[in-house]
Amino acid sequence: MPRPSFISRLERPDRVVYGALIVIAGMAALLNLVVPEGSAFHMSTFTVTLLGKYACFAMLALSVDLVWGYCGILTLGHGAFFALGGYAMGMHLMRQIGERGVYGNPELPDFMVFLDWQELPWYWWGFSSFPFAMAMVLVVPGLLAFVFGWFAFRSRVNGVYLSIITQAMTYALLLAFFRNEMGFGGNNGLTDFKDLLGFSLQTDGMRVVLLVTSLLALGGAYAICRAVTRSRFGRVVVAIRDAENRSRFLGYRVEHFKVWAFVLSALIAGVAGALYVPQVGIINPGEFAPLNSIELVVWVAIGGRGTLYGAMAGALLVNFSKTYFTGALPDAWLFVLGGLFILGTLFLPRGVVGVFTKEKE
Amino acid sequence: MVPRQVLRIGWALVLLLVALASSSVPARAVSSDLEPLVGKLSERSLSTKAQTIREIAEVGSAEAKALLETLLAGQVYYRKDDRRVVLVEEQDSAFAIRDAFSGEALGQAEKRSLKRVVINNSIRGFLRGAIARLSLRAEDPDDRLHAVESLYDELTPDTVELLKSRLVEETDDEVQDAIRVALALAALDSADPAERAAAAQRLAESMDQVVHVRLSALVREQDGDPDASVRAAAQSALREIDQNRSLYSVVETLFFGLSLGSVYVLAAIGLAITFGVMGVINMAHGELMMLGAYTTWVVQQALPDRLEQSIFFAIPAAFLVSALVGVAIERGVVRFLYGRPLETLLATFGVSLFLQQAVRSIFSPLNRAVSTPEWMSGQYVVNDALAFTYNRLYIILFASVVFAFLVVILRYTTLGLQIRAVSQDRNMARAMGIKSARIDSATFGLGAGVAGLAGVALSQLTNVGPNLGQSHIVDSFMVVVFGGVGNLWGTLVAGLTLGVSNKLLEPLTGAVLAKIIVLVFIVLFIQRRPRGLFPPRGRSAEA
Repeated sequence: MPRPSFISRLERPDRVVYGALIVIAGMAALLNLVVPEGSAFHMSTFTVTLLGKYACFAMLALSVDLVWGYCGILTLGHGAFFALGGYAMGMHLMRQIGERGVYGNPELPDFMVFLDWQELPWYWWGFSSFPFAMAMVLVVPGLLAFVFGWFAFRSRVNGVYLSIITQAMTYALLLAFFRNEMGFGGNNGLTDFKDLLGFSLQTDGMRVVLLVTSLLALGGAYAICRAVTRSRFGRVVVAIRDAENRSRFLGYRVEHFKVWAFVLSALIAGVAGALYVPQVGIINPGEFAPLNSIELVVWVAIGGRGTLYGAMAGALLVNFSKTYFTGALPDAWLFVLGGLFILGTLFLPRGVVGVFTKEKE
Repeated sequence: MVPRQVLRIGWALVLLLVALASSSVPARAVSSDLEPLVGKLSERSLSTKAQTIREIAEVGSAEAKALLETLLAGQVYYRKDDRRVVLVEEQDSAFAIRDAFSGEALGQAEKRSLKRVVINNSIRGFLRGAIARLSLRAEDPDDRLHAVESLYDELTPDTVELLKSRLVEETDDEVQDAIRVALALAALDSADPAERAAAAQRLAESMDQVVHVRLSALVREQDGDPDASVRAAAQSALREIDQNRSLYSVVETLFFGLSLGSVYVLAAIGLAITFGVMGVINMAHGELMMLGAYTTWVVQQALPDRLEQSIFFAIPAAFLVSALVGVAIERGVVRFLYGRPLETLLATFGVSLFLQQAVRSIFSPLNRAVSTPEWMSGQYVVNDALAFTYNRLYIILFASVVFAFLVVILRYTTLGLQIRAVSQDRNMARAMGIKSARIDSATFGLGAGVAGLAGVALSQLTNVGPNLGQSHIVDSFMVVVFGGVGNLWGTLVAGLTLGVSNKLLEPLTGAVLAKIIVLVFIVLFIQRRPRGLFPPRGRSAEA
């Protein structure tokens, strides 16, 4: 009896997701780099970068779905992990600028020269090394999630209370990063990046590489989430979502499961942030705004939570319409977004994907 | 209310007549003294002028004082052709002139045809002293107090004598104290060290800046007072003053904290009602406040000639507008989502975006400034180290009134009884015949209306713009969560605590860091007491 091939062992949504990611990566590389600029089939670098941004958002949505859809933790502060990952990447990119800054200081980033600082603060040490910075992309959001989650879940902070303190967390970080004294560029954040690993960020090739990397990371994150949610760990997590006390009485250490789910989700969000920053070329405290975190919960709600691919679809759908509306009808965007929130929660409790998979249940 | 108005007009007329009668009699009496003196002001010689001014001061009437004040302000001129002394008001390029004695308007004049009555510094000093001396006899105690305080810098033997005689006649306590301070200041210049030391001791009571400067000068190492006992007395007086000052600054910080806390309470209390009674998080709460603030603005625009009173129309209007919108939100969205608090949160957030954009489309994205009525600006001055601004006082007052209003509604009305019943046990309340759906609408409307009231208060503190709600919503949540859900008193305590601790931290850490510390504190606090300061008890607590 022949073993089933790798592809046929995948479930249908997985096949669609992986297939779509591969097709987008291939198309972008082909249409942007090979097809000449004048051609009708040429894909502009702007579009490539836009797709890269969407990939990061989809990853972020994935991370929210993992904790909200599977573990029932409605976090209103997930943007904080995204932004922290972004800042870790941004710090590395700042160190890569070297003497090419406006002030030409080889040691200090421009904003520190501007603030008349004499030496690099200790927490900037090591960020000129790429592996160190990448480790920080994971460590900082992961550690924050661990500490925050450990305290919150151990004392059984639940439901809306948890939502509100996650919001307080990101709000406090927003205020903190706005301060110049923090040494993260204050209001303006980190920007004016030049290159990554020796390659200029402005070239078309690099843009495509970043997009492909983001898609790979997205695929990887999806695979990890699928594996985790189908594992024993994932089943316990779902049990906790549906009946927390009963799970506890059955002998599971509920807070441990919740903390690790939360940490994993923060790691994914951090990586998404790190990939986002080189593509948009800036990271500033605005990313910590509570509004951003709420908005990304809506991506998941619109797409359909508890399915992973629904979250990704929601992120794409909402962001695509955002790009469209803010360009075509800037005044109407908030009406549309507000309407999506209201109609989505009223009429599509299982999101857009719920409409298509209804017959199953 | 016609009779009362008539009465008021009647009183005004009586007062006017009395004022006319009392002012016209002395004016006629002194006119003969003042008139020739006014004419002499056009003399070129400074010594003659000084003599004339001294004589004018001796006349001592209200007109004389007014004339001295205009002299000091440099508004007294004389016409070159007929040497008539005139008062001048600059109007664009020309001068509007009036007769310096009778006040009769003389039309406009060219700058070239006039010459200013020039005075030098010694005359200026004399003028200040003279005006203060004249003001010492003013009717209004505030004017007298001001006059005494303006003499602190110019204590000549004459003024000291004057103050001493004034002290005997003075009836107002505050003015008496000020005169004593002035006399003590004068005594600091005495030749006798014992007298100087005693004076320094007496000055320990005063909060005035001048006193502080003089005492500090006494204790200086190099050019301080030669006598050690005086220096010691001044030193201890200074210490006492500094202690008092720091005490007052603590009082002031507490006051700032209470007013900030009142804003928190106002913003959060509507939220506490909907959250507590219905378990619903209303993310559109901030936008309901924004609607209240815009209502205030619209009312003010609609009543341009009643700026002072428009706020009293705005308060009920804002309550109604926000309450109606709140009921619409409840009927249209929230009621389909009961039992799903997280979905409610998202849907109401959608509503908030909707309202924001609606306001932006209707009123433009620019901020609108609501003007503060006259009676709310200014401050109540306790002493040099302590003053309470009226708008903060009114905010505290307003918050207390709104809070009391809610407590009364919830505790003593049928609606309040039903709201409490539904919040404690919905099924039981329904079994007792309470229409819980109707109560939900009413509760939501009440919470929203209170948000509108908060908006009126905020419109007096900040600019009114589409983002007004967003900037307050996070704070409001913190207050509600800190206080314990659904507990009015908890919200009150939490709001005031957060406001005061914010303001206490601010001088130590700066405003932003203070806020961060408070947020972190709340996050940690929730870990210790997940249900807030005053957790709900009974059946509803088990949910």
